[in-house]
Amino acid sequence: MSTIADRPVPETPPGDAVDAPRDRGGTVPGETGIWVFIGADLVVFAALFVAFLYDRSDAEPLFAQGQTHLNVTFGVVNTALLLTSSLFVAIAVRGLRQRTLTPRTLQRLVMGAFAAGIGFSVLKVLEYSDKVDHGFKPLTDDFFMYYFVLTGLHWFHLAIGLAGLTAMWFIAGRSTRSPAQVRLFESGASFWHMVDLVWIVLFPLVYLVH
Amino acid sequence: MSEIAPLLRSKITAVWILLVAATLLSWWLGTDHGFGADDHQAAAVIILLVAFFKARLVGSYFMELRDAPPALRWSFEAYIGAVCALLVGAYLIL
Repeated sequence: MSTIADRPVPETPPGDAVDAPRDRGGTVPGETGIWVFIGADLVVFAALFVAFLYDRSDAEPLFAQGQTHLNVTFGVVNTALLLTSSLFVAIAVRGLRQRTLTPRTLQRLVMGAFAAGIGFSVLKVLEYSDKVDHGFKPLTDDFFMYYFVLTGLHWFHLAIGLAGLTAMWFIAGRSTRSPAQVRLFESGASFWHMVDLVWIVLFPLVYLVH
Repeated sequence: MSEIAPLLRSKITAVWILLVAATLLSWWLGTDHGFGADDHQAAAVIILLVAFFKARLVGSYFMELRDAPPALRWSFEAYIGAVCALLVGAYLIL
């Protein structure tokens, strides 16, 4: 009778090595605490999304009218920017953990993600100033209240994410890293992915759903 | 930078391509090219379903939740399922 220890270890297919799970019990990327924070944030955004649809049901013409003033192209470009920055961060996390990337390359990846976040912010400033120039402010009506609160709250999270990327940049530049620093890097990455995830639902809900 | 090649050839790049393609699909649907004006409800439901499909991809692959302990992984799956059902339901019923 063979025991678990006697069984041959299954070989990982070479092409899939990068994506292979690290152990069967599962691993929490980053600090456990960051997941409590991410979970709470996701629940808050979900509640706001439901509230948006609830208030929209009472004022569909108003919401439809408001939507025609939003810049969908900016929204799509911002989605592409966040998705690409997420890819950079995901590659950096794997490269850092496997120690296959040099500090210089890791820093470039984090810098690329940061630049995409700045690009998102520049478009957001242009978008907000265009709205205000045309007389649309948070108190204009219910639609613009939701538009500014939802996109503003998301942007606030993006700003926290940029601070996280800054910390990750310093960790990336080190030649040796403690397990705590690796976890901090993973925590910053997970938070940055959450900023991307929230935008992925927020943008179609507010800009595209008629 | 050449050390980055094996990482770029991994699943996460394929996931990124899928995410960008799904974004373009939603853009097309959301600007009324995909459906007639009468069918905006069908377009809206598809846009929401695509959004949650994308959110699940980001969670599972970028956030690595598919390799996370079952409690965390299933909490995320439940969140995606519940919020997607809530929003599609709220859109259709309210």
